[in-house]
This record gives sequence, structure tokens and C-alpha cells, in this order.
Amino acid sequence: MNVKVDERGYYGKFGGAFIPEMLYPNIEELRENYEAITADEAFKTQFDQLLKDFVGRPTPLYLAERLSEKYGVKLYLKREDLCHTGAHKINNTIGQILLAQRLGKQKIIAETGAGQHGVATATVCALMGVECIIYMGALDMERQRPNVERMRILGAEVRAAESGSKTLKDATNEAMRHWINHPTDTHYIIGSVVGPHPYPEMVARFQSVISAEMKEQLLEKEGKTNPDYVIACVGGGSNAAGAFYHYYEENAVQLVAVEAAGLGNHTGKSAATTTLGKPGVLHGSKTLLMQTPDGQVTEPYSISAGLDYPGIGPVHAHLHDTGRATFYSVTDEEAMKAGIELSRMEGIIPAIETAHAFAALKQMSFQPEQIAIINLSGRGDKDLETYIKWGKY
Amino acid sequence: MNRITSLFERKAKNLLNVYFTAGYPDLHDTLPTMKALEASGVDLIEIGIPYSDPIADGPTIQESNGKALDNGMSLKFLFEQLAEMRKEVSLPVILMGYVNPIEQFGMEAFCQKCQEVGVDGVILPDLPMYEYLHGYQELFKRHGLLNIFLITPQTSDERIRLIDQASEGFIYMVSSASTTGVKTGISSDQEHYFERIAQMQLKNPCLIGFGISDFQSFQKACEHASGAIVGSAFIKAISAQGDVSAKVKAFVQKLLKN
Ligand SMILES: Cc1ncc(COP(=O)(O)O)c(C=O)c1O
Repeated sequence: MNVKVDERGYYGKFGGAFIPEMLYPNIEELRENYEAITADEAFKTQFDQLLKDFVGRPTPLYLAERLSEKYGVKLYLKREDLCHTGAHKINNTIGQILLAQRLGKQKIIAETGAGQHGVATATVCALMGVECIIYMGALDMERQRPNVERMRILGAEVRAAESGSKTLKDATNEAMRHWINHPTDTHYIIGSVVGPHPYPEMVARFQSVISAEMKEQLLEKEGKTNPDYVIACVGGGSNAAGAFYHYYEENAVQLVAVEAAGLGNHTGKSAATTTLGKPGVLHGSKTLLMQTPDGQVTEPYSISAGLDYPGIGPVHAHLHDTGRATFYSVTDEEAMKAGIELSRMEGIIPAIETAHAFAALKQMSFQPEQIAIINLSGRGDKDLETYIKWGKY
Repeated sequence: MNRITSLFERKAKNLLNVYFTAGYPDLHDTLPTMKALEASGVDLIEIGIPYSDPIADGPTIQESNGKALDNGMSLKFLFEQLAEMRKEVSLPVILMGYVNPIEQFGMEAFCQKCQEVGVDGVILPDLPMYEYLHGYQELFKRHGLLNIFLITPQTSDERIRLIDQASEGFIYMVSSASTTGVKTGISSDQEHYFERIAQMQLKNPCLIGFGISDFQSFQKACEHASGAIVGSAFIKAISAQGDVSAKVKAFVQKLLKN
């Protein structure tokens, strides 16, 4: 299926650039320049070099034998948890910092939920010697404390977003407001495939290294590039977009997106956007959005700060709308159990975001000869406190 | 004729447009605030439709939006409040709001309601010109609604010309790179920008907004444009307890010194 973005930034009915006029010059500057900059040979060489030597790519594609046996499918794990800083987020921040330099921007801002994108941004800013401000919801600062301190150690300033639900949505609002107030010298590194065009496509392209590597690695191991399933969790949807990217047009590959159902989709405490959302406009794009009948954005809930977002990237709204991807949602409890299961059976403690992708295995059914790849988007070091508080292990 | 258009035909200078959030500070303050503004000598009224995520707004208007929503304000209820407004208010009325609540209400239904109750124009900061021209212009025109666009110090001359072409009524000139209510006063840099725009001889008049908070800044704005828009400063002034009409009159009198 065609999942290309059109000239105005739409994937089917979703996308666009719904931004106040104050941000128009910034977005226009990005839109006009990002393709040329990222297509430039010197850019590509530097990007690839940093992904290799600094991030540690390619990340392994690992056959999880014990889980394979349990779920009756040949299950491979794409080990984004082994990226420097512990998650896929750094693929995007490396790309965007190189872009910001070429646009002549001396200051960087970013939003963060779980703190992984904040840490990945603080890291590339330290690497390049650039000033860095990270907005983080006050609630998320509490539940992801180790990442707050990591950002500070790396030299970033962390600012608490105190408005609304004090989570990722509000951190994004504050980052956008900051950008409105500092339009000329600052680049905003958005952390997922959300925001106004061209961000969703740009971030997806930086993350597409994940599926490019999957294809090569699977070919080496199985003699074919395509698995039957690619499974990933979706907050904004960047790790999923990266894992799906080179499979969009391979219609035999089933794309599986897993959202956070919090305490359950009928409890009012969920973040499963495709189940609970309707088309709307948030943070610069038309997408599926959790909202009241009056169009007020509702406060999502998930135990996982990185999935605690009321929207999804417009590309995922499109994948959902067209049926190209299948969406599952799993509760806090199911995700936590899956996290423990992965720890016990494969020796990998995943980020709680990632644990959601594993929990979907229980809802799926497989043929024994099939191959599935789960994008293991991050490791669980940042979540130790949440695991401990949950306590059932 | 549209009330905004006829206002600018009657009066070209020193126009005062006051913004406030619907249903703030109390749910039922909307209409009394409008009447008090008219009685105080204000020229245009801009009513904010409260929204959970107003990204172009600073803390003052954010808080007023939050409070209004907590009070139970919604677009549907606002139209109920405004249903009889033309019996008591003759000033031009502009609705300002973000796209999402309006999309949920239904853009067509919104335009119909605006026409029915006598709204003259709309400001939708997160509806870009491209989307407006390709999706909404027709509809707005059919319902006699003027769409007011923003320009900022960063807007290129070329784009300002495009916006001028697409605009009717007036252009909302954002005084600095800023969210609402964050910066106050007018600097010499800003005056340069105002002059640059004045020299462009646009077909539409301009009103200057953001950072207009008192007599001095209002005067400065009026030197360079047809008038000014006051938002955050007014919201602060009506936040305190007290009689709506007294609060509004005191604020406007101080601003106009009359
Ligand atoms: C490990 C990990 N996975 C997934 C996510 C969710 O983001 P996205 O949906 O953009 O991949 C996060 C966000 O913080 C994360 O840290």
C-alpha cells in the first residue's frame, strides 16, 4: 500500500500543518530544506558514521528461542534497547541535530514523556556542544526520575510542564510555546512522528534505519527479507514507524501496532487512541485524538509515560483507517506481566513502553512456520521504580 | 454590511478591540462583559472559545481557558448565550478559537450559528492560510464571516502580501515573536516592524495585538496602526472579584484615559 506523504503533508486524510502563523517561518524553513539537507552525501556519511560509532548500530536481530517456543512462532527481537542511551529515540535526535546545525540553529528544545527522548536530545546536544532545554510534564518528572537526572548530568535544563495533565501532551504544548517565543535561533527536536508536516515524515525517515536493518539481517538469517509480522508499541509512533517503514508496501507483512489501554479501555483511564479517539487536530496535525464531544483534548492514562499521549502520529491514523496495520491495546497489568516474562525468559528487562508490544503476543495467533519481529524499542533501566512499585515479580 | 467592514469605514484610527474568554471568570459573565465593553467605548469585541490546549497563548489566557472549561463553557453553550446578543450589543463581534473544538462542532454548523446570532468575524490561529483557502473560504463567505489572519515580525513581505489578498476586515498584527501576554511594552525594534508594515500600504487596515496592556502601549500601537487588541491585561483586570461592569469600565477608562 502507498504510505507516502503528499506535498501538503497528508497521509490520506491525516496530517497537514495546523500551526499558528508565528511558527510558519520555522516550519516552512524545515519543509523547504530538510529533504535537500538529508539527501546530501556529506550529511548521510556523518549520520551513518554517528549511528555506527556513537549509537552502536546496527543493533542485533536476536532470535528469542524460549519465547518462540512459548508462542508458537519464530520470534525475532530488534534490539533497539542496545542503542546508546537505551532506546530508539537517539536515531532521530542524531538526524535532527545534524539538520539543526545545517540550518544554523544554536539552541535546541525538546519535549519528553518517558525521558528517553529528552535523554537522547541532551546527549546529542552534549556531543555537539549546543544549549539544550527539555520540557517534561511534572508528573512524568516524578515517575521517570533517573532520566531527569541523566538529562541534567548531560548539561540540559529540564523544565517542568505544570499545565493540564502534566504529562507528554503538556510538555509538547510548552515546547511549542517556547518555540513561538524564540523562533529564529532555536530548533525544536520533536521526539515522535507527530507535529506539523514535515516532522512526522522526517522523524520516520530517521527511524527507518530500523526496518532497513531488519531486512538485511533477516535475509542473512532466514534467506528472505520479509517476516510475517512486525510488531511495535505506539505512543506517538516513532519506533513503530521506523520498524514499519520499509515494509509499508510489502503487503504480505502484517504490521501490528500496540497501544496502551491503561486500566482498561472502558475505565476512562486509557491511552488507546485508535479505540477511543476521533479525528481531530492536535500539535499541528490532523489525526486521531482522544477528546470530549466538545473537542477538548482528554487526559490519557498509562503506567508508561512514553505511551501516555492522547494522539498518534498521522501516519498511524492512516494505517488504522486503511486497515494496513492491525491495532491492539494492552492494559498496564498485561504489559507489566509481559515485561517480567521477557526478563525471566530471555534475560532482557524492557522499557514499559516496549513491554506493551510483547503483551500483544497473547492476543495474537500464529502458525508455527511464521516469523514475527518485535521492535524492542528500549530497555527498562529507567523504569526500575515502576517495576518495584508494581512489585509482582 | 458586515459590522467590521462598516466600523472601519466610519473610523480609521484609535480602534480598541478587547479580547476575553467566554464564560470567564464566571460562566454567565459573557454577555454582561460584552455590554460593559460596549458601554465603555470599546470598538470591537473578541470572544475566546475556551480550549484545553491553546498553544499560542501564555499563562494568563491559558488559565482563563481552563477556568472557563471548569465552569462548564462549551461552544454549544456559548452560542446559547449569544443567541439574543444582538438585542443588546451592536459592536462587531469576533470569535477566536482553535480548530479542534470547531471541527467537532462542525465547521458548517459553526458558520451557520455565527450568522444566526450575528457574529462578524473569526480568528482561528491554528488554521493556516492554505487550509483556509482550500477548505473553508467559500463557507465563511457564504455566511458573511470575515476570517482575520495574523502576521508576525517573522512573516516575509511576500507572505504578508498573500495574507493581505486573502484577508477581509483587518489584519491582526502580532507585535513580537511571542505567545499572548508574555512580553509587555513596545520596543524600538517593534516600532521598526510596525513602520515596515505601514510602508507596505496594505489594502487592509491593521490592528496590533500581543503586549498591549496600558495607555502607553495602546497609544504607541495607535501611532503605527489603526488600533490595537488587548487580551491578557484585560483578563487579569476582570479576574478579581467584583461587579463585571465596574471592572470593565475601570479598565477601559484607564486604557483610554477618558
Ligand atoms: C522505549 C520507548 N519505546 C516507545 C516509546 C514511545 O514512543 P514512540 O511511539 O514514538 O516510539 C518511548 C517513548 O518515550 C520509549 O521510551
